[in-house]
Amino acid sequence: MKHIISALVENKPGVLAHVAGMFAARGFNIDSLVVGRTEDPDLSRMTIVVIGDDRIVEQVRKQLAKIIPVVKVQDFVGQPVVARDLMLVAVSCSPEQRPELLSLIEVFRAKVVDISQKYIMIEASGPEDKIEAFINMCKPYGIKSVARTGTIAMPRYEKTDIRTPRTEDDKES
Amino acid sequence: MPGASEKSKKAIISWNNIWTDILRFSKIYGSDLVYQERYNEVTSKSFCSAKIADQSLIKSGAQIFVDTLIDLGVDTIFGYTGASVIPLFDAIDTVCKVTPDVSMQYYKDVTAPLEQMTNYDRIISEQFRRIKMSEKSSNTRTGAQIVVDTLIDQGVETMFGYTGGVVLPLFDKLYDAPINFIVPRHEQGGCHMADAYARASGKVGVVLATSGPGACNLVTGLATAMMDSVPMVAFTGQVRTDLIGNDAFQEADITGITRPITKYNSIVKDVEDLERTIREAFHIASTGRPGPVLIDLPVDVSLSKCSGNNSTEIKLPGYHISGKGHTRQISNAAKAINQSKKPVLYVGGGVIIANASQELRDFAEKAHLPVAMTLLGLGSFDQTKPESLDMLGMHGSAYANYAVQESDLLIAIGARFDDRVTGNIKTFAPNAKTIHIDIDPASISKNVKVDIPVVGDAKIILKELTKQVEYQEREEWFRKIAEWKKKFAFAYDKKASNVKPQYVIEEICKQTKNKAIITTGVGQNQMWSAQFYKFIQPRQFISSGGLGTMGFGLPAAIGAQIARPGELVIDIDGDHSFNMTMTELATAVEHNLPIKVCILNNGYMGMVRQWQELFYGRRYSKSYLKNPNYESLAKAIGAVGMTVNKKSDVSKAVEQMLKEKQPCVVDFHVEPEENVWPMVPAGKSLNEMNGLDILERLI
Ligand SMILES: Cc1ncc(C[n+]2csc(CCOP(=O)(O)OP(=O)(O)O)c2C)c(N)n1
Ligand SMILES: [Mg+2]
Repeated sequence: MKHIISALVENKPGVLAHVAGMFAARGFNIDSLVVGRTEDPDLSRMTIVVIGDDRIVEQVRKQLAKIIPVVKVQDFVGQPVVARDLMLVAVSCSPEQRPELLSLIEVFRAKVVDISQKYIMIEASGPEDKIEAFINMCKPYGIKSVARTGTIAMPRYEKTDIRTPRTEDDKES
Repeated sequence: MPGASEKSKKAIISWNNIWTDILRFSKIYGSDLVYQERYNEVTSKSFCSAKIADQSLIKSGAQIFVDTLIDLGVDTIFGYTGASVIPLFDAIDTVCKVTPDVSMQYYKDVTAPLEQMTNYDRIISEQFRRIKMSEKSSNTRTGAQIVVDTLIDQGVETMFGYTGGVVLPLFDKLYDAPINFIVPRHEQGGCHMADAYARASGKVGVVLATSGPGACNLVTGLATAMMDSVPMVAFTGQVRTDLIGNDAFQEADITGITRPITKYNSIVKDVEDLERTIREAFHIASTGRPGPVLIDLPVDVSLSKCSGNNSTEIKLPGYHISGKGHTRQISNAAKAINQSKKPVLYVGGGVIIANASQELRDFAEKAHLPVAMTLLGLGSFDQTKPESLDMLGMHGSAYANYAVQESDLLIAIGARFDDRVTGNIKTFAPNAKTIHIDIDPASISKNVKVDIPVVGDAKIILKELTKQVEYQEREEWFRKIAEWKKKFAFAYDKKASNVKPQYVIEEICKQTKNKAIITTGVGQNQMWSAQFYKFIQPRQFISSGGLGTMGFGLPAAIGAQIARPGELVIDIDGDHSFNMTMTELATAVEHNLPIKVCILNNGYMGMVRQWQELFYGRRYSKSYLKNPNYESLAKAIGAVGMTVNKKSDVSKAVEQMLKEKQPCVVDFHVEPEENVWPMVPAGKSLNEMNGLDILERLI
């Protein structure tokens, strides 16, 4: 089963090496790992997607928490979360194919970020399966290259009364 | 390494790294290698199948390894054996016999001589002389001064270390500091000394080494301390911050190298962070599940001055320790214990680390429980008591292993279900509910699913449990245990005419009235020490358990003796374990430490030989080496030396050894092919012990 694990870590040199080294040394498989800044300049957030049974993921969680600069670890499994990937994809596209591709982009709520005679570069974001579906739809045109971020996620504030209206994307997750 | 450089085709091989390659090769060659949990099972298994198939094309992983090396033109290999590489040595042996031009050369030490660094030293020393001058006229401190001041402030009285270019500023400050500083003959020795100092005293062990080679020499010692949860702080010098990453002279990325073998490490690049980092290191090393912490200190940071306005307070938002334990889980545990008919306590080194031996004894007595201990748990419970089941596991007592397998409740405290303890994990304590008390949440349910987990400090939890448990007679259970204890006691052939190693240990135990601090090497000597010396106090048995580091015994004895000056410290060592770090005898002589070294000299790497006897048809591949005359060697270094060849001399020799006030080495020429019994072969269940028939016959 797929688990999204979110770890708040101190912004110190060597933390990423420590986390990556722990995964390698203990033989855990990482599906994706994303590191970025947070609202607090002293902390970064690592979002790690791991695949494994409950026992393995529990170990992953505990071993992560054991790393000293790791401040907090959450496993989002079983919780309502918003999980997103960001992708840039360059697709071959002749001027004649443009209208067709643009309507596809529209359906997926993606964005054109660069365009030339032969290619269109598209920015797409959303749950992982949506990104996969979009790549599949682009394949017939010819994909030149793909750059993806891996998943980032945040739990929903279920307990509050005022809910942000759900978008199409959210329903998919 | 004579002649090595002339040979164009040669390889110096670090055995451990080859495993991944074997697995890769086996995939390429499509052999029948099945990936299993433990590497050694992989090769042993595939080796056997290769033997059966013999002429067929199926090759073992080990065979592929050797064939590929030959194919690559390797004609000389340097290496040392061990449990997980025995199959390789077996395969190498075959080839050496079949193809005589593939020579196997054998060296005990592949450490290249260190280069001198006089020029560099001079530059550095000039640098700090200048700073020292200016320091006199102001009251701000240099990094080096901060290190020394903070160490003193942390209560450090003794430390171990070896000098070098980038640590000269530190050594200059240490020159006048009220710290007892012990210089080993090799940094590995110093690291083991600091480790044993910590194990014997409960204090934090401190070690210091220079950059590059000095730091790298700490690696084995740090890994040893990490595996056995020993509180240590290691300082390494580092090249100037502006040179880091440039492959500067004597630069090594020591924080990168030691990250997986330290509890935490960091490099200090700003002198303002130095004091706080040192305080954090001591805190991390000594609390929770202890472990070694390394601080890498670039020379310019040692030399530069601190403003004095820096914050020195510990700031560790990611480091929390839950000490008290969950109240409901504790009462669940107490209930389970009160209901249990056949409980067994399974006690690990954590109880000793937590200084909870007294609490353990009170608890076991009040609830009336039999106590089995791991290798590192020995001493937590008085082994002369009838409730003691002694050591469990691979070479544990049959009565401990049977009791565990039959128990209905296993109470693990400060132990981690290591494979050398559990045997086949799937059939470990099959009828038992498990309670697991440990300070490290990651240890709980790592190897076995635990029914009642309690995360916390053993001392606090044992006190609380003692309040809640009731005395139960458990007559039948204890009767059964007493029967097993009688029927399957540890035994050896007392009638034999030659010197049995077990007899030597029994004699030492008798004459020291169970009171000596014992350190060991690794192998048979270690297992016999655990089986035949009956420990009564915590911190009395000091041995490398998790990593199994040969060469630990002698430096450990030195560290322990320094920690506990008035006490009797004896290293019961293997000949080849002793060979690895025997240079430290000079350290013991220099400081006139009255340590005793008893070498159980069987000529063999006995434990490896035993595996080869049992599982490799007595093909003793590379497990016999020629030994020096230890008596003369000891005398040459300035210690007392003795040799014992006759059984009738053992008792007298021990008596004389105990009288010596100087370091003393006794070379016991013991039965070369004695085996350790019982033995649970790797991967078998605890109750599937070999050698019980032998024990029964001997009792
Ligand atoms: C540094 C190191 N290298 C290799 C091993 C693998 N090993 C385990 S026991 C052993 C033999 C030990 O021989 P000795 O010290 O003579 O002890 P004995 O078993 O004969 O008592 C070896 C090679 C090890 N544990 N440590
Ligand atoms: Mg030996």
